[in-house]
Amino acid sequence: MNAPAPATGARTLVDKLWQLHEIVTLGQGRSLLHIDRILLHERTGPALLAGLAAGGRTPRHPARVLGLMDHIVDTTPERSDRTMLAGGEAFITSFRERTRAAGIGLVDLDDPRQGIVHVVAPEQGLVLPGFTVVCPDSHTGTVGGIGAMAWGIGSTEGEHAVATQTLVRPRPAQLRVRFEGRLPPGVGAKDLVLRLIQRHGADGGREAAVEFAGSAVRSLGVEGRMTLCNMAVEFGAWTGIVAPDDTTLQWVAQRPLAPRGAAWDAAEAHWRGLASDDGAAFDTELVLPVDALVPQVTWGTSPAHGASIDGHVPDPAQARSAAERAAWERALAYMALQPGAPLAGTPIDAAFIGSCTNSRLSDLRSAAAVLRGRRVAPGVTARVVPGSMAVRAAAEAEGLHRVFIDAGFEWRTSGCSLCFFAGGDSFGAARRVISSTNRNFEGRQGPGVRTHLASPATVAASAVAGCLADPRPWLAA
Amino acid sequence: MPMPIPPLQVVDGLCAVLMRDHIDTDTVIPSRDIRSPTGEGLGARLFAPWRFAADGSEQPDFVLNQPPFRQATVLLAGQNFGCGSSREMAVWALAQFGFRCIVAGSFGGIFRQNAVRNGLLPVALPADALQALAARCQAAPTHLRIDLQACTVSLADDGSVAPVPFTFDADDRELLLTGMDAIDRTWRHRAAIEAFEAADRLRRPWAWPVAETPTPGSPASP
Repeated sequence: MNAPAPATGARTLVDKLWQLHEIVTLGQGRSLLHIDRILLHERTGPALLAGLAAGGRTPRHPARVLGLMDHIVDTTPERSDRTMLAGGEAFITSFRERTRAAGIGLVDLDDPRQGIVHVVAPEQGLVLPGFTVVCPDSHTGTVGGIGAMAWGIGSTEGEHAVATQTLVRPRPAQLRVRFEGRLPPGVGAKDLVLRLIQRHGADGGREAAVEFAGSAVRSLGVEGRMTLCNMAVEFGAWTGIVAPDDTTLQWVAQRPLAPRGAAWDAAEAHWRGLASDDGAAFDTELVLPVDALVPQVTWGTSPAHGASIDGHVPDPAQARSAAERAAWERALAYMALQPGAPLAGTPIDAAFIGSCTNSRLSDLRSAAAVLRGRRVAPGVTARVVPGSMAVRAAAEAEGLHRVFIDAGFEWRTSGCSLCFFAGGDSFGAARRVISSTNRNFEGRQGPGVRTHLASPATVAASAVAGCLADPRPWLAA
Repeated sequence: MPMPIPPLQVVDGLCAVLMRDHIDTDTVIPSRDIRSPTGEGLGARLFAPWRFAADGSEQPDFVLNQPPFRQATVLLAGQNFGCGSSREMAVWALAQFGFRCIVAGSFGGIFRQNAVRNGLLPVALPADALQALAARCQAAPTHLRIDLQACTVSLADDGSVAPVPFTFDADDRELLLTGMDAIDRTWRHRAAIEAFEAADRLRRPWAWPVAETPTPGSPASP
């Protein structure tokens, strides 16, 4: 979907960022864009850097490229290059060698800043508001939560970005999603985005640039906004973004690599001008009221297969089309669920809190609020994997690790962990897992594994209950 | 990884049908089947969760395990094909298996871009045309002819059915038709890139790392 640029007048946030980064207009709605930061990880980075070298090319600006180890590293405290995943070591060592050869910095396994790329980059101030950011990873849009325009690419596009510090992109259609109202207690960013995808579909974003706005988004902290933007790709959007505001600037000011002094003043003036102008035109606008929103959980094998935790497994007979009906039937067979059954009370085998979606400090706090003084139900395996070693340290400083450990959760070091099954670490085949991650695809967390996506609070409540459970009564108690 | 891509104008091949919506890249190539940092050995594990049983044996009812379709070079699928993970290994797995073209209702954006960059042709058709072609290809093994020059899909052996037109991004089409390297093409704008960077260092100094030293010779590329 290409859209013409407005000639003058009111501009959206994305219009402004596009104009700030446009080197040349190429026709056919395309632009050559300047890229501020390129992030790489050990899963897709080695092929990218190998391709770059094979083409006789070098990074144009190596200091604006950074590698991180997150995807297949172990998350046990005693971890090393040798992974539980057979063959994983080759990815780690080859990435280390190739970043070094290319003169690219690396946040290595033993670095105190190590963690998931989309968590570490904004946390350290490696990415700032208004930046263009790419990474060969579909969840790159996460940093839209601080007002950066960031999107996932493949390895070959990544070679282009590293070699030229540019990418060619069609100007996206623009969609504004306004979440309006006051978020009820126990309901958070994850519930908002799951509800959006359930309502409008896994391709409802239609490759648009999505600006998340509205009073409920303004009330979210930066971390919750990152959760929203993280799952824009699950909505089929090109990316998601939230305009920087006071909340953003206060958060960014505390980052280790944030600009200081006069540089901060100049940056702040720039950032404050990025919000969409009043009257700026979007191709589409969606408004979702949130006052009555209930915690969400998925029942099927697409992030669009969501429902309220106090709801029921849908009946395929109620599907909106023959294709949807077939997909629902297939999903229910895979998930071993019966139409009409209540979702709450469905027994679970495992609970996972982690991933670039929900592994930041505020996520751990919301789970700990449910877990404090309680125990994971017998027979349930529970694990929490902080999004970065800095998140882990901050959580330990306020004692959250004790809450998790006392409740019976494993307390791990950082990485992508069980967001996907790479062949090593796993909850075991065909288990039912409540998970704070982003994808419930067939087999995503392992062969036959049945994944229910939910917020960290809902994961924590379910771990204690031993079944899918509404966190709200646990928070009130 | 894909170096260099030969020009592509027409794909003419046997079509396998997998008419499901939202086929994600985790299904195309599961993470656990990505064993090599540089992407070898993926074709053998293409669609592994559907193609193989838990004991590793083939699922006989899966289309790519059926004799004529083991040689398929065109895949017909539903909406939002290739959604999910950005892993370019999904495209490499399809290409290693032998596919040259995917015809679908729509594509995940990153997948489509990856496909173009690897010379795997991603063609999106309206739902009704797609259904009609799928019915035809499921009734009997059928060759489809996808012509990127004319932007049409037709039945290779049957002129009685009118070719179905499709739209294709002009920029991607140029790259595929010519086999031109995308990085080389961008370097045509070298002067504009350098001018932009010089201006941007003044306009947004905080966006340029202090540690960065000038990189003489970095535009050595082409």
